[in-house]
This record gives sequence, structure tokens and C-alpha cells, in this order.
Amino acid sequence: MNPPAVPPRLDTDALIDDRRTRIIVCCGSGGVGKTTAAAAIGLRAAERGRHVVVLTVDPARRLAQAMGLSYLDNIPRPVDTGFPSDGSLHAMMLDMKRTFDEIVEAHADPDRAAQILANPFYQSLSSSFAGTQEYMAMEKLGQLYRTDEWDLIVVDTPPSRSALDFLDAPQRLGRFLDGRLIRLLTAPAKPGRAYMKMLTAGFSLVTGTLTKVLGAQVLKDMQTFVTAFDTMFGGFRERADTTYRLLQTPGTEFIVLAAPEPDALREASYFVERLAGERMPLAGLILNRVHIPAATRLSAARSIAAAETLENHEMPNGTAESAGSPRYALAAGVLRLHAERMQLAVRERRVAEHFTAAHPTVPVAEVAAQPEDVHDLEGLRAIGLSLASRPARG
Amino acid sequence: MRARDTDWEGVRLHVVTGKGGTGKTTVAAALALALSYNGGKVLLIEVEGRQGIARLFDCPPLPYAERKVGIGLGKDGRTGGDLYALAVDPEGALLDYLDMFYGLRHAGQALTRLGLVDFATTIAPGLSDVLRTGKATEAARRKAGGREVYDAVVMDAPPTGRIGRFLNVSVEVSGLAKVGPVRNHADTVARVIRSPQTAVHFVTTLEEMPIQETLDGLAELRSLGLQLGGIFINKVHPDGLAEADLKAAAEGRTNEAEIALGLKAAGLADAQTLAAGLAIELGEHARNVALQERERRELAAAGQPRYELPAITDGIDLGGLYRLAEVLRNQGAA
Repeated sequence: MNPPAVPPRLDTDALIDDRRTRIIVCCGSGGVGKTTAAAAIGLRAAERGRHVVVLTVDPARRLAQAMGLSYLDNIPRPVDTGFPSDGSLHAMMLDMKRTFDEIVEAHADPDRAAQILANPFYQSLSSSFAGTQEYMAMEKLGQLYRTDEWDLIVVDTPPSRSALDFLDAPQRLGRFLDGRLIRLLTAPAKPGRAYMKMLTAGFSLVTGTLTKVLGAQVLKDMQTFVTAFDTMFGGFRERADTTYRLLQTPGTEFIVLAAPEPDALREASYFVERLAGERMPLAGLILNRVHIPAATRLSAARSIAAAETLENHEMPNGTAESAGSPRYALAAGVLRLHAERMQLAVRERRVAEHFTAAHPTVPVAEVAAQPEDVHDLEGLRAIGLSLASRPARG
Repeated sequence: MRARDTDWEGVRLHVVTGKGGTGKTTVAAALALALSYNGGKVLLIEVEGRQGIARLFDCPPLPYAERKVGIGLGKDGRTGGDLYALAVDPEGALLDYLDMFYGLRHAGQALTRLGLVDFATTIAPGLSDVLRTGKATEAARRKAGGREVYDAVVMDAPPTGRIGRFLNVSVEVSGLAKVGPVRNHADTVARVIRSPQTAVHFVTTLEEMPIQETLDGLAELRSLGLQLGGIFINKVHPDGLAEADLKAAAEGRTNEAEIALGLKAAGLADAQTLAAGLAIELGEHARNVALQERERRELAAAGQPRYELPAITDGIDLGGLYRLAEVLRNQGAA
């Protein structure tokens, strides 16, 4: 068998020190520490002289508090890092409804905007989580980028079911707005269109069924909404496309986060392949919450054997001690604990190696598991430092 | 008939939620196995198109159809009941709904081709939620020959952050439809979800974020008037260390000399250095245990029944699932 592949190292400091890096997107499946990693990268970049804004979608109160803010909202708030540097740090949390409302207000005349904002379908669309959050995160990213107030934007992606939703949602919304059903629904408001004739038969089937299933009022609300929205469709699509292209330009870097577990790394693998397919630049993988034993010279097997020796009555060096005595209970317990940690470390290594075998060119950085969650800037700083330095693995 | 009472007697629809990464699907599957103990017929439903059940039971991707995936937990040499599984997607659920209530399968297919499902999931997720929860409540109430088809239905539901919206279908839909068939359907579904026949269980690990989400989720569902279920504490690691040793280690007072002596007695070389390394590991572990104790107390204050599931190392397989099912059964969850 070949020796396991060693991945190139992801150098996050080089990434944030490179002034050409303008956007860092942290993505990965839920629960792998995206938000914390984004904040840690942002803090480190600010302390290394960048003007940074961290855009998060996760309403993590603890993280806001860790940055000395009582809460985060839709406006970038300055964070006092208490660290002398030429850089600066701002943080904000996406308010998708607010962001959506602002787009509507910017794209429609006041009357029409009011009509849209009051429509039940708009209210459902703008406050729901399915796709809108991803789309609005992209929209906000584009807005922040265009203000040119920051030279680095670190964005944390929504806690999607899978990391891929984030890439698909903006285009899905765009496709949806161009969809056949939308055209059908808007058609009655605009008689005389050529395709009306072709669709008449289908149309009555559809409206008939929809009325039966949803009720006439729902269908009417839907049509009102779609018609009112119709004037904005073009603008929406364009915006989605522009932001999507922004993600493909040099200066944007994706960082994929994963915990060293099979599911998280499987998601990471899909994502890496998707990014390549979309020609989006991947900086590398952060393997978060890696367990690194302090004493790696003693293998799990030898540790268990030693624990058994102490627990049973066989003393290799012939001492007269009663082995099962409480005197050795601590040592035996610690040996068992060590064995578990070594087994865990071996498993984690194995799944990481599987990833690297499939993606040998993807740079990897590791962050050791922290005994407690991050509560303050010091904790974020420790993660940034951990990212920047080579892990001490024996 | 059951040999003894369980904590959830009378519950027919078990909704399982939890923060991503806590093992929600695994616990839902283990609970379903435990419920099919003693001949019960149980349906396990997933609603997010992840095919997590197929992966757990090592079978091909589930279609939109109820398939038998396993045999329930057995007892005293007898085999358990049958475990069925179903992957609900909004598209299938819509066709099903149209067919079942209106006999409109063909029209439904036309709507699907026109992108109605895409439309509904994008513009009004409340509609696709009511279709999915509707399928679960239908299965839970379905009868054949005068008795229920399933003894219990377990739903692997969306994560904690979305569960309130997902289950609060009636309100979500009423914003869109004041009257009409879909509103009536939503109201029917809501009645089942709010009835004592439904309980919402939370899966968490002993970590800060999942616990915070669990407490927030419990409060949210309580305010929505839904029946709260149990708290399933997953991936618990027993360690066999004495409390006094852990307390000392957490405070940085580990007796390294005592460890070194033991290592030497076990015939390990360089016992001093090794003991120092192991003491560091013990210290980290002890601080973690102390943190977990605080978190257990926080969960206890929520006042719901709690169950602890051991961490299954080396990945979950069918054997591991049965082990978890047994643990749940012993603790009275099923």
C-alpha cells in the first residue's frame, strides 16, 4: 500500500496578508464551526492590518458577546479588538427580511413597493429560510463589496441542509422567477401575449387545479404578487448573476470547513468538486475540532494492555503490590482515557486521509478541538493562531 | 400489548429534531427500532431528502413509498415488529395529496412539470411544510380493518432552528390562505400535531451550542402550544474515573507521581514523561466533564424526561443502532 498522501498546508496568514484577497467565503455543512472560524479569520486579518467586515448569518449571541457587542444586526458595527494595528474589524448579522425589503424599495416605485411588501406571498418569501437566506447573504455580500469601505469581507454561509444550497439558491431564485408557472400566472394580467394561445388549455387546467386545491383567494394573491413583482424580475436575475460572477473573480477565496467526521467530510468533498466545476477559487479545507492527544508515543493497543495489567493481578516486574488496589486506579483510568483518545485520533486521521486521497491538491489546515466554546476575543484569537501554526502532532 | 408503561404511552407521532451534527437521524432510527419492539409496526419518515435512513440501514436510496427496512428490537429470543421507512419529498407529497383528496394525479403531474413544487418551496415554504407534515400525520392516523396500520410513526424532522416554523403549519399557511381547501388541510394537520398523540423530541450532545439551541427550541415549541417530548443526550462518553480524581484534574492538581508509579508498575518505559503527557489529557478531559455537568444541570432545569445514549465509536452500523434502541428501551423512552 502507498503511504498516506500528505496534503499541502493551507496558509491562512498568507491568504489574509495578500491584499488581493477581497472576499473569503467560509462554507461547510451545519455544526462544523463556520461562524466561529469566520470571526477568528476576520479578527486575525484585522490585527494584521486589514480593514475587515465579518458578515454572519448565524444569530449566535455568544459570538456577538465574544466580540464585545450585545447583539449583531444588519448594519456593520465596529469591534474594539483592543489590539494595536492599522486594521479594523466590523461585524454584522444578515437580516434577510430587511435586506429583501430594501431591494424591493430600491427597484419599484413607492406604490408598487408598498403593494409588494403587504402581499402575503411576499411576506412568506422574505421571512422564510428556504433559499431566501442564501440569496440575501449573496446580495448583502455584493452590497458590502460595492461600498468599497472594507478591503476584506469574511462571510459565513447560512446553516443549510448541505453546503451546496448556498451555491444553488441564488440561481434557483433566478430560475424560479423565469419559470413557466410564473409566466402562466402573470399571463392573464397581460392579454395579447403570443404564448397565451398555446398555453390556454394548459392554463385552465392549472388554474382550475390550483383553485380547487388552494382556493380562489390564494390564487388571486399569488397572481397579484407575481404581477407586482414582474417589473422587478429582470433586476433580480441580474443581481443574482452579478453576485455569482463576483464569486468567480480573482480576489474571492472559498474556505471549506469540516469536522474530521465522515459525514462532514463527505459534504466537504462534494463542495470541493462543485467549486471546481463552477470555476470558483478554493483556498483550502479547515479541518476543525481535531483531537490531538498529548502523549502520542503510546499507542491505543499498548495503553489498553497496560491498563489491563494494572486492573488484573499480573505485574511484569514482580512487585508485590496488589494490582487491583486503588493505588493504580488512577493510572489505569488515565491509560483507558488515553487509549480512547488515540483511537479517536486514528479515526480522524483516517477520514482526513480519505479526503486527501480524493483531493490531493487541496491545502488543509487543522484546528485542535477546544475544551470549551469561544467566549471572548482571546478565544477567537487562539483559533486564528491555531490556524496559522502547524499542529504539534507527534 | 406492551409489557410495561413507557414515558410516551399514547403518542403515535414522534417528531425528532436537534441541531445539525448531534445525530438526529441516528436517534430517530434507534427510537423507531425501540418502538417496534414486541411486534409493533413502525414507520420512520425523513423529510429533507438527505437519504440518511438509507445510509443508516445500508439499503438503496428510499423512494417515495413505504418500504420495509428492518426488523424491530426483539425480546427474549422473539423478533421485534417490522420497521418501515419513507422518504417524503414535497413533490411526491403534493401528488399524493392531490390524488388522495381530489383524485387529481394527472393534473398534479402537469403542475409538477410546470414547476409548481419549485414555486411552492421557493415562494411559500409553508405549503411544502404542510404537505410533508401532512404525510406524517396521515400515516399516523391511517387505518385498515378497523385498526391503525402503524403502531407509531417517527419523523426525522428539520433541525431545531427551523422546527417551530415547520410544525406551526396552520399559522404559516393561514398567512397565505384565509379559507379554502389547503387551509382546511393545514388545520387538520395542525390538530394532529397539537394533539397528545404527537410529541416533539430533541436530540443534543453535551456541548454549549446544541444545548442552547435545545433550550431555545423547547421554549419556542412550548409557546406554540406543542407537546414537548424527551431530551435525548447523544454521544455520551463514560470514563470510569473517580470523581475525586476528575475534580483534582480539573483544578490542575493531578497527582502525576501516582500516575507515573502505575505506568512503571505496568512496565512502561519513561514513565515520568509519559505521566506528564497523560496528565495533560486527563486535565482536558476533566475540564470537559465539568462543563458537561453544568450542561446536564441546564437541561434538567427544562423539566422534560432525559435519556442518555452512549457514543458509538467507529461509526454507526446496524448493530450500533440496535444497541441504542436497547438503551432507549431500558430508559423508558419506548
